[in-house]
Amino acid sequence: MSGEKTLGVDIWRGGADGRYQSFEVPARENQTVLDVVTYVQRHLDSALAYRFACRVGVCGSCAMTVNGRPRWTCRTHVSRVAKAGRLTIAPLQNLPLIRDLVTDMTPFFDKWQRARGRFVPGEGPRDQLAPVPPDKPERAAASAAIECINCGVCYSACDVVAWRDDYLGPAALNRAWAAWNDVRDGDRTGILKAVSASGGCHNCHTHQSCAAHCPVSLNPTFSIAGLKRASIKAKLKGELAP
Amino acid sequence: MSRATVIKASRAHPGFVAALVHRLSGLALAIFLPVHFLVLGLALEGEVFSGVIAWTNQPLVKVSEALLVGTLAVHFAGGTRLLAIEFFALERAQAFWISAAFAFGLGFSLLFAMRAF
Repeated sequence: MSGEKTLGVDIWRGGADGRYQSFEVPARENQTVLDVVTYVQRHLDSALAYRFACRVGVCGSCAMTVNGRPRWTCRTHVSRVAKAGRLTIAPLQNLPLIRDLVTDMTPFFDKWQRARGRFVPGEGPRDQLAPVPPDKPERAAASAAIECINCGVCYSACDVVAWRDDYLGPAALNRAWAAWNDVRDGDRTGILKAVSASGGCHNCHTHQSCAAHCPVSLNPTFSIAGLKRASIKAKLKGELAP
Repeated sequence: MSRATVIKASRAHPGFVAALVHRLSGLALAIFLPVHFLVLGLALEGEVFSGVIAWTNQPLVKVSEALLVGTLAVHFAGGTRLLAIEFFALERAQAFWISAAFAFGLGFSLLFAMRAF
């Protein structure tokens, strides 16, 4: 690399008791953080473990901690985040580390199930379409929350997730909010029961780190506030009785 | 460098700062209020009370008092901000709510300081 401009990058290696390893990669005018990690894996150390799939911000598998902030690395330009020509790349926080930049996402997805963020069909006949007008408030609320790519950035940024093992986290609760706003769902009260249990929406401290870091500009804090309102109303009406 | 040293950057955003200020001002008030009520209780015993009042006439104490009133105002405004988000869904104007909370606190504190001196 003589004469070529280079970029210094520190990458986390090993498990939870690992350390940073420094690499020099060619500095390009246009390169993403994922490009840098891929360069290291293909040219400098083929043992580097990391995850990616689509490279265009759709699949949500390449999230890492870049210079201390969780980010989607495929859509993060090095020029926007490098500090004094250096990058520090670590795995996501708040998830068990497998190796290098790869975390175990199991707790994250288990919590999506616990938050009941999936569709439960209603009683109606299968051949009958439920009318959902686009301008209905529930439809608008679901639309605002639905574009989540499951990347885990908000989960990694959340202080409450760091404090409590049982906290469902912003992504799962955001999904539950979208599901609750689906008026075709056959058990909307069941969602409120799931999210208002211990470790649910009422544990959110409204620090808004999820909203500040979400790569697709969703606002999970607002979704969680919606669940708080809906579950309080249901509780007052006696609908949440076991 | 350990993994932990690079976490903090993720908190560098207005929402977290607002939450932090809200907590710290709440803690400061919780520590101050018992002392405040103790002094109020002493008002019935004239001599000790005038001693305390004389002590509060020092400039440094006056400045701290103004800060305390500011703390109360900031804490109040911070709580209002939370209620606005959680119960009235006013999340879109975050920056406005946060700066309004701080401006309210600072204004109140200055007003008190002007009256004190």
